[in-house]
Amino acid sequence: MDPEFFEAVAMPLFDQLYNFAHWLTGDRNDAEDLVQETYAKALKGFRSFEEGTNLRAWMYRILRNSFLTSRSGLRAQSVSLMKDDEADLSTLTAHSLTPEFLLLQQEGKQTVMDALGCLPVNYREVVLLCDMEEMQYKEIAQMLGVPIGTVMSRLARGRKMLRELLTAKPPEKASKWTVIKTPSR
Amino acid sequence: MDCDQNPVALGAYLDDELPPNDAEILRAHIGCCPKCAAEIADLVRLKRVLHTARGHFTPTAEFRRAIEQQIRRPHTRSRRRQLIPAFVLAAAVLLIAIASTQFLHRRDDFAEIADLHVNALASANPVDVVSTDRHTVKPWFQGKIPFSFNVPEFAGSEFTLLGGRVVYFQQRPGAQLIVAVRQHKISVLIFQDAPELDQAFEFQTGAKHRKNFNIETWQSQGLRFFVVGDADASAIGKLSQSLKSANE
Repeated sequence: MDPEFFEAVAMPLFDQLYNFAHWLTGDRNDAEDLVQETYAKALKGFRSFEEGTNLRAWMYRILRNSFLTSRSGLRAQSVSLMKDDEADLSTLTAHSLTPEFLLLQQEGKQTVMDALGCLPVNYREVVLLCDMEEMQYKEIAQMLGVPIGTVMSRLARGRKMLRELLTAKPPEKASKWTVIKTPSR
Repeated sequence: MDCDQNPVALGAYLDDELPPNDAEILRAHIGCCPKCAAEIADLVRLKRVLHTARGHFTPTAEFRRAIEQQIRRPHTRSRRRQLIPAFVLAAAVLLIAIASTQFLHRRDDFAEIADLHVNALASANPVDVVSTDRHTVKPWFQGKIPFSFNVPEFAGSEFTLLGGRVVYFQQRPGAQLIVAVRQHKISVLIFQDAPELDQAFEFQTGAKHRKNFNIETWQSQGLRFFVVGDADASAIGKLSQSLKSANE
């Protein structure tokens, strides 16, 4: 194993891996621990990584799996236990939020970021991977080890929850992030 | 128009994940459904804002350096993990070094005892007091060594006392008796016992065969005895036994 080669291909992902880790953990120290563990595991397992395959997806998968088994990950999962992803899709009718959602334009980026931090982690990660990292459904499904249908439904639910959080409803399942203030009308 | 469009499909359309045919159908629907058009517009806005979550948190330069160092020196990723194997390795090397030194030291010390025996036999004057009489040999050592010992009665046995001399081992004066059995000559070496003397040998009591010499050693009454020679082990054993009996 050549550490120089690993550094050359893995360090360009450093900033986005850290950002993703911070979004998952909500804490700088936990994020640093997670990234450090990710790079240590990746370096150790780099021999088994096949050149030409998706290094980014591989590194994200290591990070995400490490997160799930970390203290902050276990804590996050314990507060994000929801019904099965497909269960309540009937309530996910479109259009229901559109009038209020105009508020999004007024609230600005920080409010969206706060709301994102309040999402249960299993929805937050899918929204992050799709909308922030612009990964394809297939890639996300492989990374999370779930069917593509689950990715799609989590995504739809996660976006709906975000919009609910942004439209006057106080967060019911707030994580360690700042609780969003109810927007004034 | 009553629209119950599945939001999952709208999301997939937004993310460009619908099959081309389905996407075309939905595009046509959005073109004539104000609700879905507004929905898509909202989702596009949300997606655009969410994209800025990228780079929202930035790592410190110090942390980046730490990770780079971790990659360049993979074994230093955790100081605690690093120190433990290093410590264990250092301790193991030290132990091996000490054990080797001790072992070699012991081997050398036994070799030195054998050397005293060989040296006496090779000397033109193997003994300084020539006598077969134990009552002559024992008193001869008085004033020459800082201890006294008993010489067994060899009369009537297969052993013959040839005489004695003063020797030094580890800067300690001691007595060396030369005893003959048949054509073999055996040395009996007696020193004051001391912890350093005990630790200098691989075994402190018993018989061994080393480099064609049989050696037996034991400790009694504050004295350390060695019986060494090229005679067979049983002869060495018998001589040792008679010395033990005389010095209990």
